[in-house]
Amino acid sequence: MSTVAGLTRATLSKDLRLEWRSKDAINSMLFFSLLVVVIFSFSFDPTAEESRHIAGGLVWVAFLFAAVVALNQTWARELRNQVLDAYRVSPAPPNALFLAKVIGNFIFVTVLQALMTPLFIMFYNLRALGPAYQLPIVAALGTWALVVNGTFFAAMSIRTRSREIMLPLLLFPISIPALLAMVEATSSILTGDFSAKFWIVLLAAYDVVFTIASLFLFGFVLQAE
Amino acid sequence: MKRVFPILAVPTAALLGYALYEALVAAPTEQTMGNVQRIFYYHVPSAWTAFILFFVNFFASIAYLIWRNTKADIVALVTAEVGVVFCSVVLVTGPIWARPVWGIWWTWDLRLTLTLVLWLIYVSYLVLRKFSSSGQTPLLAAVLAVFGALDVPLVYFSIWFFRTQHPQPVIGGGGSIDPRMLHVLLINWLAFSCFAALVCWSRYRLEILRREFDETMALEALLEPRTSHTNSSRSAG
Repeated sequence: MSTVAGLTRATLSKDLRLEWRSKDAINSMLFFSLLVVVIFSFSFDPTAEESRHIAGGLVWVAFLFAAVVALNQTWARELRNQVLDAYRVSPAPPNALFLAKVIGNFIFVTVLQALMTPLFIMFYNLRALGPAYQLPIVAALGTWALVVNGTFFAAMSIRTRSREIMLPLLLFPISIPALLAMVEATSSILTGDFSAKFWIVLLAAYDVVFTIASLFLFGFVLQAE
Repeated sequence: MKRVFPILAVPTAALLGYALYEALVAAPTEQTMGNVQRIFYYHVPSAWTAFILFFVNFFASIAYLIWRNTKADIVALVTAEVGVVFCSVVLVTGPIWARPVWGIWWTWDLRLTLTLVLWLIYVSYLVLRKFSSSGQTPLLAAVLAVFGALDVPLVYFSIWFFRTQHPQPVIGGGGSIDPRMLHVLLINWLAFSCFAALVCWSRYRLEILRREFDETMALEALLEPRTSHTNSSRSAG
């Protein structure tokens, strides 16, 4: 167990250091979601009341597209200099690598959300009418759902032709229940009309199911030849 | 093997013809909906057939992950392809029926959305198979099939939260059905299942032949590397 934790920590700190020095993923994600926010804001120009209803969908669509940008880079980075091949022949457990990548992406997307949320509030005049303390919970669970599946499917799509296109094609259909839950939970907290409890439970169930499934199956994908 | 196809195809065609007659002529006309209701004899059997094929795909994928059996992989491929076709039939016939009866083409109700999501998942499965390089395709596809199957209950519960507009399932649900109609429905389902099995079987044969052909071509290319040179010199000139 300690080897898994140690390897995870080592890989994670390597990824974070790489990102800290290059800032490739975070910059492209930030600029991308900024563009989405501005374009949506132009095309809808909503009042405060309307924006409360559509903001849940808007926010998560922006984060989803931005996350795909980062997810596409996670494994592509390891293809240079055959790092992934080296990892495959090493006796290190595959799940340590997978967990490190998931946690790394989770941190990137969370940083993105922390930076983008003030902008959303500004552009759309948002104010939560429901229990606002639930928003961070929804954000954390939703981000984990996107990132755990996204990292897994990114590892699958680097094995295909035109890999950049492949990731959203695999990720979006499977993520539909999670996306629905995130959007509905955020909307019900913002409008205060309904309780978001059911959606939070559903998101948590989604996270548990797909985290376990990914940990089970990642070995197959890494070793696929 | 060539003999087997007509032996299976003729009874299937006869059964399909009989089922068509039963659905269009013999079945009683529904009281309130009229003749539009007859699309039900295509819609429901297609749906059942598609779901059975997706089930088979799931088990074949699991079997491939455990035993790495090529035949299991081909079964998974074939059932996904034919399943997507039948699922498309469901998604096309549904709105044609819904427009005159409900007054709308589409609604985000439980069964409709679940079918659409299933269709999307299996289309992405086929895209993955198309785009991945041949050696890794079976494994990646099997993994994706497992993910898709895990997704289905979650989709179900997420949409269950909205009120459902679709008529209750006629078999095992609260709805009642004329025994004559049920009879026609079951005949149609039998015919559709036979047809699906026939298509799957010939596609299976085709896939085995295609793989054998690919292997032979690869071997020949290894033995004679000259052909590619002549091609490139011609294009240069």
